[in-house]
Amino acid sequence: MTKRILIDNISSKWMLVCLSFFLLLPLAIGTGLVLKSSDLFTSHHSLSTLIFSADWSPSEDKFGFWPFILSSLWVTVIALIISMPLCLLAAIYLSQFAPKWLLEFMRPVIDILAGIPSVVYGVWGVLVIVPLVGDVIAPFFNNESLGYSILAGALVLAVMSIPYILNMLLEVFRQVPVELGEASLSLGATKWETIKHVFIRKGATGILSAYGLGFSKALGETIAVMMVIGNVVQEPASVFDAGYPLPALIANNYGEMMSIPSYDSALMFGSLLLFVIILAINIVFRYLIYKSEEK
Amino acid sequence: MTLRRKWEEKFFRVLTALVALLVVFVLAHILFTIVSKGASSLSWEILSQEPKGGFYMGGGGGILNAIAGSFYLAIGASILAFVVSLPVALFINIYLIRYHRLLIGVRFFLDVLWGIPSIVYGAFAFTIMIFFGLRNSLGAGIVTVGALIAPIMIRAMDEVLKTIPIGLQEASYSLGSTKTETAYKIFFKQALPGFATAVLLAFGRGIGDAASVLFTAGYTDHVPRNLSDPTATLPLSIFFQLGSPIEEVQNRAYAAAIVLTFIVLCISITARVLYRKK
Amino acid sequence: MSSVTAIPEISKDAAHFQVVPGEVPVLNIRNLNVRSKNAQILKNINLVVPKNKITVLLGPSGCGKTTLLKCMNRLTDLYSELKLDGSIEIDGEDILSGKFDITQIRQKMGLVMQRPFPLPMSIYDNIAYGLKIKGIRKKSIISEKVEKHLREVALWDEVKDRLKTSAQRLSIGQQQRLCLARGLAVEPEIILADEPTSALDPISSRVIEEEFLKLKDDYTIILVTHILRQAKRLADFVVFMYYGEIVEYGPASEIFENPKTDILKEYLRVGH
Repeated sequence: MTKRILIDNISSKWMLVCLSFFLLLPLAIGTGLVLKSSDLFTSHHSLSTLIFSADWSPSEDKFGFWPFILSSLWVTVIALIISMPLCLLAAIYLSQFAPKWLLEFMRPVIDILAGIPSVVYGVWGVLVIVPLVGDVIAPFFNNESLGYSILAGALVLAVMSIPYILNMLLEVFRQVPVELGEASLSLGATKWETIKHVFIRKGATGILSAYGLGFSKALGETIAVMMVIGNVVQEPASVFDAGYPLPALIANNYGEMMSIPSYDSALMFGSLLLFVIILAINIVFRYLIYKSEEK
Repeated sequence: MTLRRKWEEKFFRVLTALVALLVVFVLAHILFTIVSKGASSLSWEILSQEPKGGFYMGGGGGILNAIAGSFYLAIGASILAFVVSLPVALFINIYLIRYHRLLIGVRFFLDVLWGIPSIVYGAFAFTIMIFFGLRNSLGAGIVTVGALIAPIMIRAMDEVLKTIPIGLQEASYSLGSTKTETAYKIFFKQALPGFATAVLLAFGRGIGDAASVLFTAGYTDHVPRNLSDPTATLPLSIFFQLGSPIEEVQNRAYAAAIVLTFIVLCISITARVLYRKK
Repeated sequence: MSSVTAIPEISKDAAHFQVVPGEVPVLNIRNLNVRSKNAQILKNINLVVPKNKITVLLGPSGCGKTTLLKCMNRLTDLYSELKLDGSIEIDGEDILSGKFDITQIRQKMGLVMQRPFPLPMSIYDNIAYGLKIKGIRKKSIISEKVEKHLREVALWDEVKDRLKTSAQRLSIGQQQRLCLARGLAVEPEIILADEPTSALDPISSRVIEEEFLKLKDDYTIILVTHILRQAKRLADFVVFMYYGEIVEYGPASEIFENPKTDILKEYLRVGH
């Protein structure tokens, strides 16, 4: 009997230890990155020059992250602009207009597509999107581009984020009660009017959150974007220019960062930036989702 | 109904259908492109051999190093993640079930954890490794990827455990079982098929992740022998080969992409079939 | 379908379904059958609903009352597995024929559901929604009608100071009255009410019932309920349904005091 109680005690302690590990993990990540990047601040770099300066030459101890931040924002925002309406319209079709069997069929398919590794999307980007941008889209706008560009990164990112966002949007529409639609229809509204005035409004928080989480996911996406965006340190002037987003910077230079002073601190500062921004976005939108589900 | 309303309805019915079709088309196009580009380079040699001399210049050999490395890494990470995820998922559903606010808080927190990008995990793990003077290795990769996929696993297990009625728990207590016995004998058994799905989903995520292993697992042309060896992985193998200017090497990258996609698709389809049978 | 075979044979006396002399029919259902994949939900429904009366659909849960109600404004369209045949005539037009614009037909009927489902907008906009759909653009007309219909359900005094706040903040009883007002705003001929008091407390239920008694001067009301006492309080005519069929139909007094079939007698005996 006592042995059983003992086991129960040990096991529950172990459970608590495991849970604490995960509760502390982000704290540990945050602290670790802060400590590591603090070298950068002690060596006369201010936070504002780090973020807003465009001067990047690690060998001269100049670390201006602005080109990378700008690239990240460009590529993510454009990707979202492309995928947002596509996801919303596709979600509306699948959940409202399409026959039931199609929705039932598409739900797992979308889920599975969301699990395809990003490097595969990257390969597709190199094969299809880069030539498309370089040979078709850029010339169409009287621009010259190698194809490896912000636009290519954004297109790949847009496609990647579709299954992820679409999944969440389908869930949002699934949670709107059928009776609400029936109420609107029985007042003489058409199906589209019902969607426009009732469903989208009812799901507004959920839709917004899906976009927000999609944004944060796209912001942290590394390998696929890195494969098609060109990785040139510059402030991109147009979408046909090459860019160099933050995750790509970190991923590309981890090998040599130990050989240049402060370089490792700078890269960890880059990671910290990503971590803080993405954590903040996640907290805000997850909170919104919980709030809207509570009702 | 006025003509405008009628047309608006028709217009959006068609528009949304077209967009849905476009989305499906693009996603299908990805699979089609990968398969049609890589199929010709896919051979037994690629699957069964390590890279030979001058592999990245078009020499012979295959990507066995990456296939084996990826499996070792993902299996190791899944086991590790399972060992820590199971207690957490059980704890949430047995000990925290009465504390509603805390329960919501923990779930919320795990969801947030899920959103941290793998590059951050990788960079963090790398600083830890440097701090302790560790080299790139299979072991380091396993720990990093394990931490990356654990939140996914916990939440997936949690979703399964949630569906177990609280009455079952009470019935078990009333027979004199301790909480631990209830957790591992009743809950674990009841949720086993769902757990298999959770593990497979996390495995699929782990095997496809590139950014976290880039820092931690290293890269090598050999199949790793033990945990302290560095290891190649499929995503990185694809990435490096695609960077080569030589067409033959690039083609092998496409073949490797087929292999990776195939593995991931198999896993996620199996996971879903398992869950449906339950 | 063993459960169906257990039902005793019901006489299909045509006289049951004749128009009661002196009443003007608004809604006329002929040979309506509704099937889903593996069951017949409604069997051979024939029903004439008279104008400006309360017709109560009575019966145990699962007998097809709600489905019958949803057929009347073709909300059944939303459930692709349901197959309808027969005819439902409103003002002499068969709404199942597909010739007519369904949105206009639906505006002839106001629906009140089991639980209130206010649209996700302000109190004002909940009422204005149907008006705008009808094509009424003029602000002054809309506000006038919003006030009129809120008064009609005795809600105006309670909400007149917060018309622009979200309808979801109202109490559940107020929400249900709002939903009634919302349905009245499109000026229907018929009110379809599906157990409208089942989610409400006794006081709010009483308010709704009183509204119905007043409203029958202007509207035809079809009320689904399984509460016998409510049916007795409100009904002019009663339709008793059992397993998808109409078992008895007639004036309330006749149905309650002189039931013909054993099922109805049993239902009235154990009912409450």
